[in-house]
Amino acid sequence: MRRPTDDSILTRGLLIAITIGFIGIFLLLPLLTVFTSALANGLQAALDALRDPDAISAIKLTLIVAAIAVPLNLVFGVCAAWLVSKYDFRGKSLLISLIDLPFSVSPVVSGLIYVLMFGLQGWLGPWLRDHDIRIIFALPGIVLATIFVTFPFIARELIPLMTDQGRDEEEAAVTLGASGLQTFLRVTLPNIKWALLYGVLLCNARAMGEFGAVSVVSGHIRGLTNTMPLHVEVLYNDYQYVGAFAVASLLALLALVTLTFKSLLEWRYADEIAATHRH
Amino acid sequence: MRSAAISSPFARLRNPSVLPGFGLTLGFTLFYLSAIVLIPLTALLLKPWTLGWSGFIAAITEPRVLAALKLSFGGAAIAAVVNAVFGLIVAWTLVRYRFPGKRLVDALVDLPFALPTAVAGIALSALYASNGWLGGPLSLLNIKIAFTPIGVIFALIFIGLPFVVRTLQPVIADMSAEAEEAAATLGATRFQTLRRVVLPALAPALVTGTGLAFARAVGEYGSVIFIAGNLPMKSEIAPLLIIIKLQQYDYEGAAAIGLVMLAASFVIILALNLFQSLLAARR
Amino acid sequence: MSLVVDSITKRFGRFAALKGASFTVPQGAFVALLGPSGSGKTTLLRILGGLEFPDDGAVRFADMNWLGVPARERRAGFVFQQYALFRHMTVAQNIAFGPSVRPRRERPSRKEIAHRVEELLHLVQLDGLGGRYPSQLSGGQRQRVALARALAIEPRMLLLDEPFGALDAKVRKDLRIWLRALQERLGITTIFVTHDQEEAFAIADLVAVMNAGVIEQYGTPQDLRRAPRTPFVAEFLEQTGSAPN
Repeated sequence: MRRPTDDSILTRGLLIAITIGFIGIFLLLPLLTVFTSALANGLQAALDALRDPDAISAIKLTLIVAAIAVPLNLVFGVCAAWLVSKYDFRGKSLLISLIDLPFSVSPVVSGLIYVLMFGLQGWLGPWLRDHDIRIIFALPGIVLATIFVTFPFIARELIPLMTDQGRDEEEAAVTLGASGLQTFLRVTLPNIKWALLYGVLLCNARAMGEFGAVSVVSGHIRGLTNTMPLHVEVLYNDYQYVGAFAVASLLALLALVTLTFKSLLEWRYADEIAATHRH
Repeated sequence: MRSAAISSPFARLRNPSVLPGFGLTLGFTLFYLSAIVLIPLTALLLKPWTLGWSGFIAAITEPRVLAALKLSFGGAAIAAVVNAVFGLIVAWTLVRYRFPGKRLVDALVDLPFALPTAVAGIALSALYASNGWLGGPLSLLNIKIAFTPIGVIFALIFIGLPFVVRTLQPVIADMSAEAEEAAATLGATRFQTLRRVVLPALAPALVTGTGLAFARAVGEYGSVIFIAGNLPMKSEIAPLLIIIKLQQYDYEGAAAIGLVMLAASFVIILALNLFQSLLAARR
Repeated sequence: MSLVVDSITKRFGRFAALKGASFTVPQGAFVALLGPSGSGKTTLLRILGGLEFPDDGAVRFADMNWLGVPARERRAGFVFQQYALFRHMTVAQNIAFGPSVRPRRERPSRKEIAHRVEELLHLVQLDGLGGRYPSQLSGGQRQRVALARALAIEPRMLLLDEPFGALDAKVRKDLRIWLRALQERLGITTIFVTHDQEEAFAIADLVAVMNAGVIEQYGTPQDLRRAPRTPFVAEFLEQTGSAPN
C-alpha cells in the first residue's frame, strides 16, 4: 500500500520523465552544443581561436571590467545589507525595492540610460567632449553598464541571511568592548562568508557575461571595446562558428564553475545560505 | 517591542541602534544607488518628452515599434505560461521524488542565471538551425523554429524557467503533509487533493514566479537576437529596435521605447508586490 | 558605587515602553526586575547596557554619567536571553573575545588571555569544554558560557536578561542557586530581568515589580510579600506565586 500522500508510480514516472526531458532539451542540450561546436574542428582549432589577438584583448577587457565592477558592488552589497538588516528606519522597504530595481530593467535599457547621460547627445555629453573625457564607447561606459546590471546580486544574497541572523551577536560584541570594525570583521563576516563568496562569484559570472547593456555602450570597436560576449557576437555574425563557440565555452565554463560551487555550498551549508534565491 | 520609528523628522538620521555605522552605510548606499541607478534612470524618464506628447505617441505607435513591442510582450507572456506549467512539474518532481541524476537536474536549473545570454543565444541558434541537433529532425517534419517568433519564445522559456522553479521549490518543501493527509482522510482522491488542496496553496508562489519570469523575458536581448532572425515586423524584439534606433542616432525614439519597457517592468513589479501584500493581509 | 536610575522614559513610536522609572541599587546588590512581558523591564536593562538610549532621564553609576559612556566602554557584562554566543567560535574563543578586542596597548597577552579563559571555565564549571562549539552544548552550558564571556571583561555590573528563560525547571533551580553564590563571591552589582516571581524572590536582595512602563513597587521580597503597595503587585504576586512556571 502506498501512503495517501504519495503519487502513483505512473504519475511519478510521467512527471520525472517530463522534468528530465524538459531540462534536457531546454537547458542541457544548449550547454552541450556550446562545447561540441567549439570542438567541431578539433581542440587545436578552438585553442587557436582563443589565441587570436582580438580574442585576447576581449578576454583582457572582460577581466578588467569585472575587476572594477565586482569589488565596487561588493562594497555596496555589504553596506546595503548591513544597513537593511541591522537597523530599523523609515523607508526601508522602498530602499529594498530600489536595490532590486536593476533586476527588472531590460539590459538594453540599462545601457541606454548611460548613453542618454554621457553620450554626445546626452545630458553631460557636450561638457565631457569639451574636457576630452570619453565614457560611452570606452571603458568607463562598459564598467558603468556592468555595475548597473550586476548591482543587486551581492546585496540580494546577504540581506535575507543577515536579517535572519538578527543583531544579538553584534550587540553582544559591542557590550564586550568591540569597535564597529572589530564587530564586523570578527562576528558578522564569519557568519556570512559563504553567502558572500557565492554572491561575489555570481556577480562575477554575470559581470563577465553581460551582453545587452554592454552592447549598447561599447560601440563594438574590435580589439578595443569588445568584451568576450561581444566578441562572441562579432565572430558568430562573421560565420566564424568555431571561434565564437571557443570563446563562448570559456564563459560557459565560468558559469559551470559558479554553479558547481553553489551546489557544493548548498549541500554543505544548506542552513547558512538563505533558501530563497530570486534573481 | 523594538520596532523603532522615530517621531522627529531630524531624528531620522540619528543612529537608531547601538551598532555603529548607520550614517556611513546609509550615506554610501544612497550615494551609490543614486549615482548608478536613480540619476541615469531620470535621464530616461525625461528624454522622450523632448518630442512632445504627440511626438512620443507617434514614436511608440510606429507600426514597426508596435510589432516589436507586441512580440516582446506576447512572446514573454507565452513563455511565462509554458514555464508556469513545466516549472511547476519540475519543482514538484525535484522536491517530492527521488530519482537518479536529481542533483544534476537541480543544479542545471540555475544555468540560465549564470550562463551569459549571448552564449545561450548562439547555442540555441545552433541547436535549432536547420542543420542543428534539434533543428534538423524538426525540419524533416516541416517545423521551423530558428528565425521565427517560435524561436523567440524558446529563448524566453530558457531564461525564465529558474524564476518559476526557484520560487516554488521552498514553498513546496515547506508545505506540511498534514493538509494532504487530512484531505485523504476526508475521502478525497489524490487528484482531488492535488487540485483543491495543493494547487491553491502553491498558487501565490506560482503567480509570483511566473510574473518574475515574464518581467525578465520582456526585456531579454542576448539569448533572443541570434535565434530570432530579426526580421522587422516579424521576429524583431523591442530591445533590438532600441539598439537600431540608437545606431540611427534617433535617441528620442530609442528613449521612447525604453520608457515604455521601463514602465512595463515597474507595473509588473508593483502588481506582484501588491498581490503579495493582499495575500499577506488575507492570512 | 551605587547605581541610580532616575525617571527614565522611552518610547518606541507610539508605544511608551518606560514612563519614568526610578530606583537605586546599592553596591554589590542583586536586584530583580520582575514583571509581565511588555512591562518595560528588558528595555530598562538594555538602557543600562548601552544598547538602547532613553528619551529622558538620567543614570549615575559610581559618580559617572552612565548614559554618556558608549556601550563598548561601559564594561557592563550583558547576558542575552538567547545567549547570543558567537556560533562560529569555540567556547574558549567566545570567552576570550572581550579581552582580545581591547586596544592594543591595553590588551593582555595571548598567554594571559588563555589563562583567564581557563580560570573562567573553571569558575562556571565547564573545565575541558573550551574547544567545543556552542551548538555542541546543552542550554544550561551555553548559559554559563554566556556568563563567563560577560565576566571576562571584568564587568562593573552584570546585566542578565531572562537568563534561565529557555531552560527546564530543574536546571533552572540549580543554576540560580549557583549564580547567587557566585555573585556573592564576586561582589558585583547585578540586575536580573525575569517574569517569574518565585525565581525573583529566591535569588534577589531587592525586587522591582514593573507594569506598563512604571515600577509599581521596589523593596525586599519580605516587604513585597508583607505589604504589596498596589492592586497590581498584590495580584501579580498571587497569580504567579500560586502557579510558578
